[in-house]
Amino acid sequence: MTKQPPLPGGPDPAYAVEMTGISKSFGAVRANSEVDFRVRAGRIHGLVGENGAGKSTLMSILYGFYSADAGQIRLHGEPVNIRRAQDAIDHGVGMVHQHFMLVGNLTALDNVMLGAEGHALLSRAAAQARQRLDALMQSTGLQVPLDRVVDDLNVGDCQRLEILKTLFRGARVLILDEPTAVLTPQETVQLFEVLRRLRDQGTTILIITHKLKEVMALCDDVTVMRGGRVVLDTAVAATSVEGLAQAMVGRSVQMGRHGDAAPAAPGEPLLSAKGLSVTDAWGVQRLRGVSLTLRSGEIVGVAGVSGNGQSELLDVLSGLARPAAGTLELGGQQYQAPRWLDPTTARTLGLAHVPEDRYARAMVMPFAAWESAVLGYEALPDYSRAGWMRHNAMRTATAEMMERFDVRPRQVDLRCGQFSGGNQQKLVLARELGQNPRVLLIGQPTRGVDIGAIEFIHDQVRALRDAGCAVLLVSSELDEILALSDRVIVMNQGVITGELAIGECDVTRIGMLMAGSAQGAPA
Amino acid sequence: MDEVFWGSMIGSTLRVAAPLMLCALAGLFSERSGVVDIGLEGKMLAAAFAAAATGVSTGSLTLALLAALGTSMALSGLHGVACVSHAGNQVVSGVAINIMAVGLTAVLGAAWFKQGGQTPPVPDALRLGAWWPGLVDATRDMPFVGPVLVQGFLSHSVLVYLALALVPAVWWLLWRSRFGLRLRAVGENPAMVEAAGVSVQRMRYMALSLNGMLCGLAGAYLVLAQSASFVPNMTAGRGFMALAALIFGKWHPVGAFWACLLFGFLDAAAIRMQGVVLPVIGEVPVQLVQALPYVLTVVLLAGFIGKAVAPKALGIPYTKERT
Amino acid sequence: MKAAKPLPRWADLVLLPLLNLALALGVAGLVVMGIGQDPVQVIGVLVKGAFGSERGLSYTLYYATTFVFTGLAVAVAFHGGLFNIGGEGQAILGGLGAGLAALWLSPHLGPWLMLPIMVLSAAAAGMAWSFIPAYLQAYRGSHVVITTIMFNFLAASLLVYLLVNWLKVPGSMAVESAEFAESAKLPRMHELLQHLGVEWASSPLNASVFLAVAAAVGVYLFLWHSRAGYRMRTVGASEGAAAYAGIRPQRQVLLSMALSGGLAGLVGMNEVAGVSGRLMLDFVAGAGFTGIAVALMGRNHPVGVVLSSLLFGALFQGGAEVAFEVPGFTRDMVVALQGFIVLFSGAMSYVMAPWLSRALAALPAVRTKEVAHG
Repeated sequence: MTKQPPLPGGPDPAYAVEMTGISKSFGAVRANSEVDFRVRAGRIHGLVGENGAGKSTLMSILYGFYSADAGQIRLHGEPVNIRRAQDAIDHGVGMVHQHFMLVGNLTALDNVMLGAEGHALLSRAAAQARQRLDALMQSTGLQVPLDRVVDDLNVGDCQRLEILKTLFRGARVLILDEPTAVLTPQETVQLFEVLRRLRDQGTTILIITHKLKEVMALCDDVTVMRGGRVVLDTAVAATSVEGLAQAMVGRSVQMGRHGDAAPAAPGEPLLSAKGLSVTDAWGVQRLRGVSLTLRSGEIVGVAGVSGNGQSELLDVLSGLARPAAGTLELGGQQYQAPRWLDPTTARTLGLAHVPEDRYARAMVMPFAAWESAVLGYEALPDYSRAGWMRHNAMRTATAEMMERFDVRPRQVDLRCGQFSGGNQQKLVLARELGQNPRVLLIGQPTRGVDIGAIEFIHDQVRALRDAGCAVLLVSSELDEILALSDRVIVMNQGVITGELAIGECDVTRIGMLMAGSAQGAPA
Repeated sequence: MDEVFWGSMIGSTLRVAAPLMLCALAGLFSERSGVVDIGLEGKMLAAAFAAAATGVSTGSLTLALLAALGTSMALSGLHGVACVSHAGNQVVSGVAINIMAVGLTAVLGAAWFKQGGQTPPVPDALRLGAWWPGLVDATRDMPFVGPVLVQGFLSHSVLVYLALALVPAVWWLLWRSRFGLRLRAVGENPAMVEAAGVSVQRMRYMALSLNGMLCGLAGAYLVLAQSASFVPNMTAGRGFMALAALIFGKWHPVGAFWACLLFGFLDAAAIRMQGVVLPVIGEVPVQLVQALPYVLTVVLLAGFIGKAVAPKALGIPYTKERT
Repeated sequence: MKAAKPLPRWADLVLLPLLNLALALGVAGLVVMGIGQDPVQVIGVLVKGAFGSERGLSYTLYYATTFVFTGLAVAVAFHGGLFNIGGEGQAILGGLGAGLAALWLSPHLGPWLMLPIMVLSAAAAGMAWSFIPAYLQAYRGSHVVITTIMFNFLAASLLVYLLVNWLKVPGSMAVESAEFAESAKLPRMHELLQHLGVEWASSPLNASVFLAVAAAVGVYLFLWHSRAGYRMRTVGASEGAAAYAGIRPQRQVLLSMALSGGLAGLVGMNEVAGVSGRLMLDFVAGAGFTGIAVALMGRNHPVGVVLSSLLFGALFQGGAEVAFEVPGFTRDMVVALQGFIVLFSGAMSYVMAPWLSRALAALPAVRTKEVAHG
């Protein structure tokens, strides 16, 4: 971190956290651009933004996971140099992560003590810790059964335990990353009570979230980030959910959209899903009764901040995961949970899937391009006969794919891992689109893809739609959704909060739907 | 099957179980910290050779013990460099250590002592005999007390009692000390431990040091308290049996202790059961009894007699992710 | 850990193994010097012993044959994403399978029927021995490394039990079975060559060397030219991609371990049918573990496995010669070298690869090639 001259007027201890001029880049991506971020002491401050807005990066810098390329941090008026998590902890910054950092087979007390035991003898350390924790639990209202093993605790208890851990280490600034993502409404209310009590006792609280209603209900101040910069910084009393939504989404709807004629009326339904419900290993419901229909000649975009069930939706529709409940009709076949579609059958029924995770799913990175080019389709007569792979046919097909989708370099023998991100994605699309599917599921098609390739990919998807395919597009890039979709559905917390024809989309409505309000229904 | 028989059975069980216990406890430290240790066999063998070679050359018990511990700890350190500092495959590293130990001990033994790989016997002064020899002589003719109690339990060398004492000591270290709490956590969720400000790498190296010391003791036992000379490949799979005992004991020192006793008992029984005809079953083949420890471990792993849950992060190399 | 660019293919497949071998030889050389011998002299005797005479060459090939089987076994399992340490036990079972079939049927059948039956028995027995741990891994989550280690010991116990209690020739002191009838013995190479009019030194080298070559070719064809092999390699390379493609992981685990065990079992043909003509103790003699070294050095590719097997065959034969000629030297030096190779090629490969990658990146020729890839 480069040293910046002190702010004019000297440091102000009224601010618990001051981050000035923070910039951070990951390769070509500017995650934070000269961000000035101030948090008043003893307040609850919300940090809001879509995926990729830069809020997680900023907090990671504060907590010591990353080092900023430029900028300065001050805590309670003191300039600090935070290079690792332990530095942040030493300066009184505590973080409650979205994915709990707990050891399952140890007790809650052990988890709190770990790393800050205070004594080599556990019995002595535990007695001291228990005393302090009892006092903390009294004063904050956070109740956690200290002697229960963490595996036996529910999600709310685990979160309270994480908060206790930070307080135990003397945190005066508490960062919570998407704290209500895994909580029921009941537990959310309880959490808010605890947080208010902590604030009243002088703790400064930072909440990273995309749930605008919660920001309005809980926070004193709010900062909105977009594209790596701060776009709004105000007291909550001076704004509203609409204002926040506008700041968060803030772009013109027609951006990137071709001035083409009205899209052809969508045809017959090709995929119909009803009541899809998925519960994860934590017992949290990821999909709650989601129903949708995909029609021929239509692109349906799924908007929403990542983590609201979009991934699970793709997994269930493609056959990768089995829902706990729901039905699916595809290509004349009916499925009802628990008997479900599998990926191979899905392909024979004309469904193609471009996965969100290119590295772990869409391609086999150590394989050469010509081998990844048949992934999932190896049993087709084009590619194998009587159990033997047809190498020449595979290589020819790959060369054709590379030609059609302008993949560079045009070397079928190159290992997938050695192509650039954009070219990898083009290969995956070439493979899936090349099968002329009737239904296409796409997740994050242009993530990590350079600008030149993005337009190309978008054109290919439109062409497929024009040829009669039904496309489901999941993207955390709202721009992309708005540029491609004929119809937009918005997901929040595993539910479809709203559905809009592209002509009805405006910033406020979409922002509200993304924030969880169901008010965005068309007039 | 009289008193003498039972006395010798108990004594034999303890003597066979002692090196197993030391090795199993060694493996416990390593695996509880998340590092797979297949190399127990090799480390024990190398330590035995070091003890024998040093004992014969210097005539000093202290030096022999130090050599054994040092050799074993060096091999553990090598395992650490490959697997903790770098993300090497832990199983392959263990296999490498085993093969290197077998080869090098034989080569060096043949080169230094010119007896085809064997070392000359360690001088009697270094040999660890019964810790209370007077007691053995005094009670030799007393009924029950003599053959069973004393021969069975009290006639062993100090290393046997050390092994037995180490079981509760290790238990105490793992469950009653700060170090133990951190060690157990590292094997379950290293990311959490790192985020709490404790270095995962340091913890794992400390676990491997303890691992090296205990394997060293096990190897030293073989030439100082059991046979007198080092013979190529003298561990004969005992390192693997210790690993089996560790797993059979569900990665818990007390469980491993009972497993080692059981396996030691089976070993003692195997030889004595030869030629003995049991009702119904007939003559029990000695190989079956010898194979029982391995069969039992497989049955346990298959989940047929309870579940053996390994430390969650076992075998997964841990790398700190930071930009 | 600093991230370095991945190695170009040719460096990964050729240069890195050679570098690992060089390091292992270097350390071995230091040991040799340490015990007062001249490494250059030792190498000289070794090479001469392995390749310098008809007999030496034949022995080298004979040892290599066994290592090809165990090396292919480990390599196939690696491609399926698993580490098969159980080659030793599977090879014992293979020998038992071949031997039991021979003892039972050889007096009644001619060689053209007997020998194929023995091949099938050997493979089937090896397959059965790897199948159980595979099944336990796939369907009960038992770690295949531990179970196969246990199964190695069980195989050894089983062999001893059968030999001592059932197969030993009554009245004889030797712990071995009766001799097979002629139909159950593979012809020796020197006998075959004699039929062709070529005089060749006698040695244990036998027709199973053809079987080894066939196995290598077969593994190559299976892994890279068959659909089942494609699926197996996908599971081994990326579980997520395999799930995406609809490939079921459990079936692949069973398949790869079964093939692996079957290959290891073929050791029985070389040792039991080809050399001893009867069942004996310890005919595997550590070949299962050498197979691990062979597969690691050969980068799990059949061609690499064959070349590594030749290397190790040469080391074993040359090593025996050195033990004979150089005083104070035993064959165990080869075992130690094997350990070094496993260490450098297997466990320490992560240490070497980034260093090599950076060294290569510094070379101008390599750099321009990388730029072109873009």
